[in-house]
Amino acid sequence: MSSATAAKSLVIYLVCEPETPELAEAAVEGGADIVELGIPFSDPLAEGPTIRLASERALARGMRTKQCLECIAAVRERVDVPLVPMTYAAILEAYGYERFVEDSRAAGATSAIVVDLPVEEHRDVARIQLVAPTSTDERISVCAEHTDGWLYLVSLTGTTGARDEVSPALAGLVERARALTGVPLYAGFGISTPAHAASVAELADGVVVGSRAVQVAVEGPDALREYVAGLRAAIDAAVPA
Amino acid sequence: MSTGLYGTYGGRYVPETLIPALEELDAGWREAKADDSFHSELHELLTNYAGRPTPLTLAERFAPGKRIYLKREDLLHTGAHKVNNALGQIVLARRLGKRRIVAETGAGQHGVATATVCARFGLECVVYMGEEDMRRQRPNVERMGLLGAEVRPVDFGTKTLKEATSEAIRDWITNVETTHYLIGSCVGPAPYPEIVGELQSVIGRETHEQVLAAARRLPEVVVACVGGGSNAIGMFHGFVDDADVRLVGVEAAGAASLGTGRAGVLHGSRSSILADEDGQIADAHSISAGLDYPGVGPEHAFLRDSGRAEYVGATDEEALAAFRGLARTEGIIPALEPSHALARAKELEAELIVVCLSGRGDKDLAEVLSQ
Repeated sequence: MSSATAAKSLVIYLVCEPETPELAEAAVEGGADIVELGIPFSDPLAEGPTIRLASERALARGMRTKQCLECIAAVRERVDVPLVPMTYAAILEAYGYERFVEDSRAAGATSAIVVDLPVEEHRDVARIQLVAPTSTDERISVCAEHTDGWLYLVSLTGTTGARDEVSPALAGLVERARALTGVPLYAGFGISTPAHAASVAELADGVVVGSRAVQVAVEGPDALREYVAGLRAAIDAAVPA
Repeated sequence: MSTGLYGTYGGRYVPETLIPALEELDAGWREAKADDSFHSELHELLTNYAGRPTPLTLAERFAPGKRIYLKREDLLHTGAHKVNNALGQIVLARRLGKRRIVAETGAGQHGVATATVCARFGLECVVYMGEEDMRRQRPNVERMGLLGAEVRPVDFGTKTLKEATSEAIRDWITNVETTHYLIGSCVGPAPYPEIVGELQSVIGRETHEQVLAAARRLPEVVVACVGGGSNAIGMFHGFVDDADVRLVGVEAAGAASLGTGRAGVLHGSRSSILADEDGQIADAHSISAGLDYPGVGPEHAFLRDSGRAEYVGATDEEALAAFRGLARTEGIIPALEPSHALARAKELEAELIVVCLSGRGDKDLAEVLSQ
């Protein structure tokens, strides 16, 4: 699989829904190295309209924590790449932090992302930490020290969602983080086109695409495979493995 | 988490983007609290702009056989206790150099208070409000417009205070470098519950003094309505150290975050909230837009668990009856929110009671008359 040897990682986010196993498989066939699987929350503060609406739709279809863990297990049966559950503290609070770690691992998940759980909280939950352009150097260091695998760079000051251009704040954030830590840096938020992905790949070690992938996923696995392949090709052309 | 905890409640459950702003706010707040000029500026505004101290009125005809005193926050400029907090936070925001203010509002009282203080100090003001609340609190929407604020309708979910708060926080995430989030209740991530609680505690301090002067003793019970809980926490702070004074919070029966809720996370803090077993936030239902919220301040959850305060519910019908009752017997038209407190206060087995009349009812006339 060419993607496994590529220098830069491509991470695709999908919300857990009944169709997600098939969609995740298509994303991996298109060249995704990691799939983030969103466990929907009714009041997701970091999300723009696309993921908020997708979350509402998933909840209306009965995708609660238990069903989402089953979804992760079903994705696991189809693909070999790391699967990272992404959710909010309210979900772990209700399910139980330890229990969530155990059950998501059992379902085949690797690590987790909890958007609104600051690094100081629940250090027993191994997870990928997020830093933002507003983060101080001190916080970037602490988050890097405690992150599980890679550090998630929120490329802009804002919520998730496609933007016209890659945030001008990203380059500065990458530069600061590089000076502070040796962990891999993956950038997300506002990245939607192959051109965006290529320019982000020149800066960071990985590219995370969420809202646009969620939009394309509505059109089905073929559309998603093609979209992800386009991102993959742009990344590999910009930064050959 | 080391700061901002009330027992196991409170904390700071927000995306990383906001953490530095919360730390800046926390530092600015501590600096201001230790600075006499902050207190004198705020005192001057509360006195000469807002109209403090507010009177304590004996409601003899409303509850014959008892002495029920009403703390008249309804007489403040803008018509509710919300202006105490708005003034305090606007002084703080100016110290932090913020030029843009964002807020959420339910009944519109906090939105009006925020629009008012922004007009007074010439700051840009954006208020998020659910479409359902815009419908039932039309006069306040018009007031905010007149005061120069931009009211942004929130048209998803329950279209009430919960979604308005989420959208205000999303705006803050996007504009955090220039913007102060002027939250309206003692909810949200630390240090907001503490800031709002302390700014509202002027209610309790005045009441403590006034009731001693009027009745020559402390009341048996103080009663306040609880949505997010800011007027109640402000009132309770004045009496929490007086162990013999019962503290009673009255929630809307259909939005009883403390009465029927469970521990969970909403809008940046851990508290008692209306949620299902998966942590998904449940819909609240109340005739009163100000109480129609599935969360509550973390300090209230702590006071409930510790047993220091007790929380009961009142139905829409009971609140409406108290609304009409106070108008007819005392010539005071209360807001629907404190009408819940009035409904329960009347039945308490106590002789000397203080009720926080947190706001006036002009905004509710259309809603009440349509019932």
